[in-house]
Amino acid sequence: MCVRALDAMRDLNPVAVRWGGAGVAALAGLALLPAFTARTDILNVLVVLLISVALAQSWNILGGLAGQVNLGHAAFFGAGALVARLLWFRGVPVPLAVGAGAATAMALGLIIGVPAFRLRGAYFAIGTLGLAEILRITVGNVLPVISALPAPYVQSYSLVPRYYVALGLAAVSVAVAAALAYSGVSYGFGAIREDEDAAAAAGVGPLAHKILAMVASTGLAGLAGGIFAYYHASYYYAHPFSPIWTFDALIMTFIGGVGTVAGPVLGAAFYVLLKEVLVVRLVETHLLIFGALFILVVLTLPGGLLEALHRVARLWRPRPAA
Amino acid sequence: MNTFLQQIVFGCLVGGLYGLAAAGLSLVFGVLKILNVAHGELIMLGGYATFWLFTLAGLDPFLSLLITWPLLFAVGAALYGGLFRFVATAGEETRIKNSVLIGFGLTLALQNVAILLWTADERGVTPDYSGAVLRLGGLAFPLTRLGTLVVAGLLILGLHRFLTRTYAGKAIRATAADWEAGALVGIDLNRTYRLAFALGSAAAGVAGTLVSVGYDISPNIGLGWTLKALIVVVLAGLGSMPGTFAGGLILGVAESASTIVIGGPYREVVGLILFLAVLLWRPQGLFAR
Repeated sequence: MCVRALDAMRDLNPVAVRWGGAGVAALAGLALLPAFTARTDILNVLVVLLISVALAQSWNILGGLAGQVNLGHAAFFGAGALVARLLWFRGVPVPLAVGAGAATAMALGLIIGVPAFRLRGAYFAIGTLGLAEILRITVGNVLPVISALPAPYVQSYSLVPRYYVALGLAAVSVAVAAALAYSGVSYGFGAIREDEDAAAAAGVGPLAHKILAMVASTGLAGLAGGIFAYYHASYYYAHPFSPIWTFDALIMTFIGGVGTVAGPVLGAAFYVLLKEVLVVRLVETHLLIFGALFILVVLTLPGGLLEALHRVARLWRPRPAA
Repeated sequence: MNTFLQQIVFGCLVGGLYGLAAAGLSLVFGVLKILNVAHGELIMLGGYATFWLFTLAGLDPFLSLLITWPLLFAVGAALYGGLFRFVATAGEETRIKNSVLIGFGLTLALQNVAILLWTADERGVTPDYSGAVLRLGGLAFPLTRLGTLVVAGLLILGLHRFLTRTYAGKAIRATAADWEAGALVGIDLNRTYRLAFALGSAAAGVAGTLVSVGYDISPNIGLGWTLKALIVVVLAGLGSMPGTFAGGLILGVAESASTIVIGGPYREVVGLILFLAVLLWRPQGLFAR
């Protein structure tokens, strides 16, 4: 049985298997971590990191795999957070509340995606940017207050379960991205990303593929938002709609390597840990630095850190004899 | 009835500014086929330039236009030469995608620069006539807003004349219609692109001056103005400056009317509904040729 499973794995893409193995090992290590440390500062950074992995990966599914630039990812993260938070505070069980948040994010994605995807070019980027800004301003107008945990919730607050929820979220986001990237549908994504006319001529339905990616992407972003709402003690209701979240998703994906499964994970780790260091030392200028870094990556290193690693690895590998 | 008419008047007065904010974006988008998401940040910079000239040198905001226009013209030329030049020659899909990404990075960077230079406080420019109101037939016309509408209209008219009457303007329009053909007949693409981008930025600078007179300015106002401009661009379509101005008026009036119908807190939603409606029924825009 086990041998047969191994045989089946050998038929898979060897790169996928190697990354899959690394992913499972990382997951196991992170799952065991709370048994070894009770330091809340480490766990808190990791929760932020794991939510960031999901945020970046969710952007990557639509923006990287399917090539549709979403400039309003915060709308879906924020919608998930808002709905989950409001329902949770009204006594709805957490999984249901978070699920409702994800469903809302998906519905919003379809409202913008279906009309915008029928057209080419910048319409989708404009539509998502507009959705996010309008939701941010409107939520700020209607609920201009801080959302703080009610007293009974504070008393029962515990970090470790939230850590595991965030770990599960990150694992699910990577699994969804991997499932889409290493299955037949990935060829369709690649085709519409590179040349929509050619894809359509070859019988690949651009609209169906874009909508599939949109649903997966917004659903995960909504889940991430819901878990953000479950994790954080207090924040302004409008905060999860801030363009900062879109920017975070973009920069993590591009630093790591857009359109790959490992890239956003790598990028999130790099970005969150670097930010921990930079924000303390350079409170004033860290956004300037990251904005410039992002532009630099887009212009000069479109494959991100992953490409840089591959290049370095190639230097060490012995060249085949000529 | 009178409050309704008054709201329409306010909508028109604001709408001119929306049209001007969109004119620069529309020019750049139409000619270079790149979408500069940091357009609102250029408006923000124009606003702060006026704020500085007003508070440090005591210059009247409407006179400071003579400085913000050339200043942002130069900033635009520099941004094109330093950043957007590298994406402006790519294939059309890549061009849009990469320009959007670069613009988004620029948004963050410029916001941070503004916080460093002017802090995150809200600033305003209030000349001594800022409270003055002109009354006509029971309707109020605030003087600064009237001035804003006039300046916006004149600048858009000027841009329209430049694009239709001068050689450089015709080169810009030819490039917008077909850049390959333009290059074949001897138009210097790089120069034309730089000029169009600089003109678009200069229009944003003037819009910023006008924004500083009518609204508070702070480092994070950019995205909101980009959004208004984008909605107007989608609404009006590309290729016609008077059409862009009309699109701005429509958005202004629709927003004003909505404060009566659905209430102030939800007025921003109107823009989104207009955007979706145009996408569904007339994606080329209302005034596109």
